[in-house]
Amino acid sequence: MTELFDPTQWAAIRLSLWVSCVATIFALPVATWVAYLLARKSFPGRQLLNGLVHLPLVLPPVVTGYLLLVLMGRQGWIGGPLYDVFGITLAFRWTGAALAAAIMAFPLMVRAIRLAIEAVDPGLEDAARTLGASRTRVFGTITLPMILPGLLAGAILGFAKALGEFGATITFVAAIPGQTQTIPSAIYGLLQVPGEEPAVVGLVVVSIIFAMGALLLSEWFARRMAKRVAG
Amino acid sequence: MLDIAIKTKLGDFPLSVVFQAPKGLTAVFGRSGVGKTSLINAVAGLVTPDEGRIAVDDRVLFDSATKTNTPTQKRRAGYVFQDARLFPHMTVIQNLRYGGTHDETRVIDMLGLDALLDRRPATLSGGERQRTALARALMSDPQILLMDEPLAALDAPRKAEIMPYIERLRDEVKIPIIYVTHDVSEVARLATTLVVLDAGKVVLNGPVEQVLSDPAAVPLVGVRDAGAVIMTKVAGRMLDDNLTELAFSGGRLVLPGQFGALGQRVRVRIPAQDVIISREKPEGLSALNILRVTVSGIEQGQGPGVAVGLTAGNERILARITRRSARLLGLEVGQEVYAILKATAVGPQDVGG
Repeated sequence: MTELFDPTQWAAIRLSLWVSCVATIFALPVATWVAYLLARKSFPGRQLLNGLVHLPLVLPPVVTGYLLLVLMGRQGWIGGPLYDVFGITLAFRWTGAALAAAIMAFPLMVRAIRLAIEAVDPGLEDAARTLGASRTRVFGTITLPMILPGLLAGAILGFAKALGEFGATITFVAAIPGQTQTIPSAIYGLLQVPGEEPAVVGLVVVSIIFAMGALLLSEWFARRMAKRVAG
Repeated sequence: MLDIAIKTKLGDFPLSVVFQAPKGLTAVFGRSGVGKTSLINAVAGLVTPDEGRIAVDDRVLFDSATKTNTPTQKRRAGYVFQDARLFPHMTVIQNLRYGGTHDETRVIDMLGLDALLDRRPATLSGGERQRTALARALMSDPQILLMDEPLAALDAPRKAEIMPYIERLRDEVKIPIIYVTHDVSEVARLATTLVVLDAGKVVLNGPVEQVLSDPAAVPLVGVRDAGAVIMTKVAGRMLDDNLTELAFSGGRLVLPGQFGALGQRVRVRIPAQDVIISREKPEGLSALNILRVTVSGIEQGQGPGVAVGLTAGNERILARITRRSARLLGLEVGQEVYAILKATAVGPQDVGG
């Protein structure tokens, strides 16, 4: 295996895993919160929030990447103050790759978690409150355990999406080997060079293994959830 | 004591309810959709009424005048839902302890749950689920217990199985129980106080014997279900004939089956449909129960029937006869007549502790 990939390609694999993990871990609580709002609360702007969450799913990824550059770049509306006040740079860094991946994965995570929350009978939450449980305790002891399989399924789906993210990432952070080059951008880069087919095939196989593994895990959790909801 | 006076909207029609529920079991009776569930949801804080006041003893749970609205989790209102609502991912004992462990041993014993503690809700029968839900509510140490048609989803044998538990609860627990139902037999067996709702208002309210024996209750309860409840004591047994004799201030009743110990208090529902009125003491009749009674009220219904209130000793019973019979008998208030009841007209579902 070692001779199959050169160090920059190994770096791309490691970076892809790292970026996807970070993106998933940070997006999951936010996605859970948004999914809960969309599933359980009615408030003005609910449809707008729903649309906004789904936007990355329907926009061309390059457009999302461009918008990120405009908003989060060092001169961007958000990126500017972020750099001036905290010294945080996102554009052309691995952190930016994680942000792009998180945003692209977000709608998929919200959809999966929202389905799980909608499958929980709100009557159970009412029952828990009549027994003296605060809203936080109700969420932690009733809602969360019951949506856990859905939550994990959403996380895995999001992780897989983050692994495969290309358009928004390459637009926002480019593909700097060892810094922002992920598996997809490494494959794209290798395809521009003659004679690199073995490395391309190797990276493709790695991608397929990750994606299939994630998909199977997600299916497994989805089945468990169906069983749990059926009682 | 629960003190409730609320106004709210229920879909298109207004709900305006005022009553007090003392210790014991207060049945809130009415047809589906009259707002019974909204009423106890308001007590539990699951819905907020437009205006009014709800208090348990001197603790105000809701008062629109002072903008008091205690959140559900601080109301200490135990709630037994029609569909039990046990937490499916927890065992029975985990469910029971969710709201606290108040009086755990006694509650588990009282509801006969010892053998079920490690089971999952999905493996329980309907009756076992309701007993678990009831125990779970009690162990949270509530100040008031709300029950929303807890037996409606059960078949007759399951109902019969769980009724004695609720009777025991009513007699042993020292908090008011609000019991929503649209089933008269549950009211007759379980209630100490009865509140009848119709068209969003309280139309009858009082001790159950008094309300059910009021001829005005007949159209509200339904002509086929109407019937007074009387309190009696087991006075004897007729083992050879498999009958039980009951005594009360108005005489004696003989009913089929063996139930209760000698001297035990037994409440009996006497279906108004099955009471026959005679001006003279009948002879040569198969019916076992002939009581000397006084006509205390006659209520014209909308149909061909009338409801006749009868006094037997200190108890009141109801008879439903046709308007034509009432006219032919020349019935009037104060008249002394005989009430005749076939023993077999009273089934086991009409007899309670």
